[in-house]
Amino acid sequence: MSIDITLTVNGREINTEVSPETTLVQLLREHLLLTGTHVGCDTSQCGACTVHLDGRAVKSCTVLAVQADGSEVTTIEGIAVAGGLHPMQAAFHQCHGLQCGFCTAGMIMSAIDLVTREDDLDEATIRKGLAGNICRCTGYHNIVKAVQMAAGQMEGRGHE
Amino acid sequence: MYSFNYSKPDTIEAAREMMRSAEDGIYLAGGQTLIPAMKQRLSAPTDVIDLSSIGELTDIDVSDGRVRLGALVKHADVAGSDAVRSAIPALADLAAGIGDAQVRNRGTIGGSVANNDPAADYPAALLGLGASVHTDQRQIPADDFFVGLFETALEEGEIITQVAFPVPDRAAYAKFPNPASRYATVGVFIGVRDGVTRVAVTGAAPCAFRSAEIEAALNAEISARSLDGITIGADDLNNDIHASAEYRAHLVTVMAKRAVTALPK
Amino acid sequence: MSETEISTIGRSVLRKEDHRFITGNGRFTDDINLPGQTYAVFVRSPLPHAEVRAVDTSEAEAAAGVVAVLTGADLAQDELGGLPCGWMITSKDGSEMKQPLHPVMAVDKVNYLGEPVAIVIAETLLEARNAAETVQVDYRELDAVVGADKAQSALQIHAEAPANTCYEWELGEREATEAAFEQASHITSLDLHNNRLIPNAIEPRAAIADYQPGTEELTLYTTSQNPHLARLILAAFVQIAPEHKLRVVSPDVGGGFGSKIMVYSEETATAWACMRIGRPVKWCADRSEAFLADAHGRDHFSHVELALDDEGTFLGLRVKTIANMGAYLSSFASSVPTYLYGTLLAGQYKTPAIYVEVDAVFTNTAPVDAYRGAGRPEASFLIERITTMAAREMDIDPAELRRRNFIQPEDFPYQTPVALEYDTGNYGVSLDKALEMSGYAEFSARQQQSVSSGKLRGIGISCYIEACGIAPSQVAGSLGAGVGLWESGEIRVNPTGNVTVLTGSHSHGQGHETTFAQLVAARFGIPIDDVQVVHGDTARLDFGMGTYGSRSIAVGGSALSVAADKIITKGCKIAAHLMETEAENIDFDQGEFKVSSSNLSKTFQEVAFAAYVPHDYPLDELEPGLTEKAFYDPANFTYPAGCHICEVEIDPDTGCVEIVNFTAVDDFGRIINPMIVEGQVHGGLAQGIGQALLENCVYDDTGQLLTGSYMDYCMPRADDLPSFNVDLTETPCTHNPLGVKGCGEAGAIGSPPAVINAITHAIGIPHMDMPATAEKVWRAIQEKRGA
Repeated sequence: MSIDITLTVNGREINTEVSPETTLVQLLREHLLLTGTHVGCDTSQCGACTVHLDGRAVKSCTVLAVQADGSEVTTIEGIAVAGGLHPMQAAFHQCHGLQCGFCTAGMIMSAIDLVTREDDLDEATIRKGLAGNICRCTGYHNIVKAVQMAAGQMEGRGHE
Repeated sequence: MYSFNYSKPDTIEAAREMMRSAEDGIYLAGGQTLIPAMKQRLSAPTDVIDLSSIGELTDIDVSDGRVRLGALVKHADVAGSDAVRSAIPALADLAAGIGDAQVRNRGTIGGSVANNDPAADYPAALLGLGASVHTDQRQIPADDFFVGLFETALEEGEIITQVAFPVPDRAAYAKFPNPASRYATVGVFIGVRDGVTRVAVTGAAPCAFRSAEIEAALNAEISARSLDGITIGADDLNNDIHASAEYRAHLVTVMAKRAVTALPK
Repeated sequence: MSETEISTIGRSVLRKEDHRFITGNGRFTDDINLPGQTYAVFVRSPLPHAEVRAVDTSEAEAAAGVVAVLTGADLAQDELGGLPCGWMITSKDGSEMKQPLHPVMAVDKVNYLGEPVAIVIAETLLEARNAAETVQVDYRELDAVVGADKAQSALQIHAEAPANTCYEWELGEREATEAAFEQASHITSLDLHNNRLIPNAIEPRAAIADYQPGTEELTLYTTSQNPHLARLILAAFVQIAPEHKLRVVSPDVGGGFGSKIMVYSEETATAWACMRIGRPVKWCADRSEAFLADAHGRDHFSHVELALDDEGTFLGLRVKTIANMGAYLSSFASSVPTYLYGTLLAGQYKTPAIYVEVDAVFTNTAPVDAYRGAGRPEASFLIERITTMAAREMDIDPAELRRRNFIQPEDFPYQTPVALEYDTGNYGVSLDKALEMSGYAEFSARQQQSVSSGKLRGIGISCYIEACGIAPSQVAGSLGAGVGLWESGEIRVNPTGNVTVLTGSHSHGQGHETTFAQLVAARFGIPIDDVQVVHGDTARLDFGMGTYGSRSIAVGGSALSVAADKIITKGCKIAAHLMETEAENIDFDQGEFKVSSSNLSKTFQEVAFAAYVPHDYPLDELEPGLTEKAFYDPANFTYPAGCHICEVEIDPDTGCVEIVNFTAVDDFGRIINPMIVEGQVHGGLAQGIGQALLENCVYDDTGQLLTGSYMDYCMPRADDLPSFNVDLTETPCTHNPLGVKGCGEAGAIGSPPAVINAITHAIGIPHMDMPATAEKVWRAIQEKRGA
């Protein structure tokens, strides 16, 4: 079975055919070659595959591509603004919030959603808000710092 | 995932029809449990019927002393709804503590309730608030809905349309999460309405249940102190590498006390 | 190093590699796709121990999209070798360790859950998966040997290994230690299990192989911490392809922590299958496969005794350990509980007599090998636990007991009774700093506050040491290592004056592309952006030993330092020629070659260009070009050490432990990039705290894995951990040109005993095995209150 879907990915309209069992992350990585989004587990826990679906952070390994029909998808490749880095990307760099870089895309996408959603971002709120993303390298210390830094810079920006 | 047929009906009637004609069909709501199970090949439906185009299932309505949540209302929407929060803050808090942010952005109350995972949070709220589950066929009181391990009163093909919660005088939820999965190792929901206290426990047993002992104690006096000396029998409780039955039994009273303490004044 | 270099390094330069990762432009193995590629799925044993009577692949071979189904028998037919273990351990009776064949895929017997039995290759992943389910394997189930502590009296797994024993190793002086215990006025003893861990780099292992029949070249892109070593093993032992026809590429690798050192079945079978079918083959592990088939870590059962005199002076230490090897010897498994463990048992202390016995045993579990720290966390846990226990038993402050027994600055170089010679250190300074930063003196006031709010509070100290910079080849070779453990570095100064640096070390999160660039840029006085660090490709650099054992800066960095010296020496010759003087008259400083006592000078870039334009060179004296390489073999291990202090608050109603403060003061010698070093510490601490509180690999009694996903194996998440309080002290390493020691593993080595020392302090009990789960803590509190 093959289904025709249309969705917007990083601002570009995509019309394609997928089989129902294709997950959104497979569509992104394998069909659209957007390999910045990664797969780190098969039980929907690690969050490496996090993208924004209609403005909300979701685990793209746990969404069928057909479910994204008619939606807007934003991936790590689509958040930089006018050739510059998104404040969250810049903050991860400034604060050494990444090491191996594998969880980073998902972590940044979750962090952007968190900052957009929550007004009062103390350390505990940030840590709780990132509980759906596992990082094995950083011990989260510098990720928390990065989110704090970006939150300051994203104020008043609204959703990306 | 095995291959399957996918359809996205616009109406409940069409969804039921598709289910009837499917060899081994399943409804898809938020998919946060179903899709992982299918990926692991633990679930192998021939037909997946996506309910997301059925408009009326996403409504949140707070009126006439009731919070009515459409079956496809997402956890994040419950957590973020001012109307829900002002009517039943404990319900908004419970929703804000389900899984993680990404799961809350997809997972739905209908999906959670229909799945009846023994460690899910919502069943405790439904039992603790005396909610009713509305389907395309009937209304089922929560007390009759949760039947056993991953088992509900839903008939073949029946679709949850809404969960209706009577607004309590006071309610609170206390959860001890499994450190790995973040599901409830033990969660206790307490709802007080018209002088009657309901106490529901999730995570501890194969199915969420109401604790008669704790309800009796709290119906005598609503205070953490009144739970001193109450012990829950461990015999029928879950026992796994994360928590023994004995520990879960202990946590039931601890979480019940915490929920009592957290009840709004 | 000159003063100017020191002043330009030591800065927290932001990482050069970040940009590609934060924009989604990293290139990990699974991001690589080749035309015509096929997909591989492994058929794995659902049983931990069974005879394989028959493998029927006929249905799978006929399934849609299937290209090939290959089994262990096909491997045997191609006469491929097994997977070797690179370190020979000799038992105390002089016999060599038992090394049963570790087949790439099982032939007639499976020995652990998830062991590969067949590889199914199809046009799509879905087809491969579907077909794999139809492979019929006829098993005769055998009893599984699970716990290492019971393995020696259980059903024998391998014919070569009676009593399931791989080796019985010893180190130290038995008689002197016995004598020390006879003199002791106090003996503290402890039985413990160092819990088994699953490494869980977030990128699962993956491989994609490509064979070009025209040139007979096989390329394997894979998630390896040491591509050259992988090539060597695949060529020399497994004999997949000759070394010069085999290229191994480790592109961006998403974390390793030891688990990507090893040469595994899956990558090997993928490469071999690619040659068999003549098309590219791709395999990417699911996380579920990673849980089953990545090499696990730790899993020691130990009995330890410490003998003290009545002043608390350590007289002797006696250790008996049973170490779980799993079903087969993984690549370096045998060295972990021996030379990376027993040799560290002196810790930071002047214990005069030490004797350790280690029995390594086979079980029907996944192979166990190096995981961050590898042997050293096990040693550190044991020493730092027994020391704290002894202090509490003798009513001496644990900080004071440690101080009394420290090796003092004037004692260096210090020869321990367990083979190592520590070159330098100052343990009192780290301890003092950590005590101050953690507010140790004011602990009792905080404890009172906790008690008044119904909580328990405890504080725990750990003063760890590790041997890093692995390793002096001569020493390693004399102890059984099958390879030399030097590192290579090559510097190519390009005609335009920028620099390509090639290192045999591999970066999979450690930040080599920045630290090594800083090192070289500072040495040449050029901008860091003019330095590009290349690693992870056997076709681009001669050879390298890879990254493990916190060796990259100490061995790989030192190799680059030596290569840089050679560049400067050559540059001086070229500059001398250009300025018509002798090379000995040239000084190189801050990017300029200057003629001493004159104003004449040439920039680094001018000399670089001149190196490639040798129009008037005296070619018999001066070769064109400006490329140098060095193979650096260290004179000794390095000995990072430090003090970690953990403070916990415990909710007695639930047993939940909250880390309210964690202080780490580490001595890594000289520091190139403090930001990166601190990041390494943070990550190590998270893994150490994870071991202490959350992580545990559990097989049930039948050998089924109960912690086979993130639903059950508890990974530390952001809200499980505090922010860390870290600082550094510095005693430069005395024997490498940079004075550096390495920092990758310290966090995971020092922290677990600090956490358990704090928890046992809070509850008032002698010991608790890791992980200190809420239930375990709650039970201990109940028991204590009942007692």
